Amino acid sequence: METVLFYLFAALTLASGLMVITRRNPVASALYLVLCFFGLAGIYVLMDAYFLAAIQIAVYAGAIMVLFLFVIMLLRLEPTELPSFMNSWSKRLYVAVTLVLGGVFLGLDLMRTVNTGADSALTGEAGAIADRLFNRYLLPFEVTALLLLVAIVGAVVMARRESPKPTASMEEV
Amino acid sequence: MFDYNHALILAFMLFTLGTAGVLLRRSALVVFMSIELMLNAVNLVLVVFSRLRGDLDGQVICFFIMAVAAAEAAVGLAIIIAFFKRKKHVDLDRASLLRS
Repeated sequence: METVLFYLFAALTLASGLMVITRRNPVASALYLVLCFFGLAGIYVLMDAYFLAAIQIAVYAGAIMVLFLFVIMLLRLEPTELPSFMNSWSKRLYVAVTLVLGGVFLGLDLMRTVNTGADSALTGEAGAIADRLFNRYLLPFEVTALLLLVAIVGAVVMARRESPKPTASMEEV
Repeated sequence: MFDYNHALILAFMLFTLGTAGVLLRRSALVVFMSIELMLNAVNLVLVVFSRLRGDLDGQVICFFIMAVAAAEAAVGLAIIIAFFKRKKHVDLDRASLLRS
């Protein structure tokens, strides 16, 4: 059952990931990316990472992708034309290197399996994550809070119109 | 139970898709989405190895990656909006504001 679900979610993730980079309309890309995140959340649940699955849906599919869609619709873009595939040497080189690397990884995978030793007892529910987060990783957690604050201020500063008059901006609000 | 190697291969394929998107697409927005794809592939690798090692640290790092991705999306999209206001397009091939 779990195996079937895993391959189902994996296929969903890969297919929608492929759709993300092949759609002409950015809105379609964003919606496929949301689907991709849902598939990944399913895989997280299968690996007992419940808290991560929850915030994958809430933060990624919820907050970040809504921000993307908001910006796409704000900009009112026309659909871009797709690139003529492999029209330069660098891109051909990239595809070649990727295929070779993929072959190497697949070969390595066929040769040996990862040691699945200490398994099963681990569940990533919110309490266990919070225990790590607020004890061992308290300082990185606080730094993350600061980073988010800086990001908010930076986004506001960059996205506002240039050389605003103080009274005009107040009137618009 | 499914094979964790296959989860790692899935992560590799997702990362490849993301890299391909960054290199091949010209719209800045799609490039940003591809970067999110790559970050998610890395998250998947972290979760798999956290599971294999029986240690929750990987999932905690995953949490931090999500927070940083949120910050990155906010700042990046603000840059795209500022760029669009100036140039009326988000085509990366035609972006040359920083070139003299």
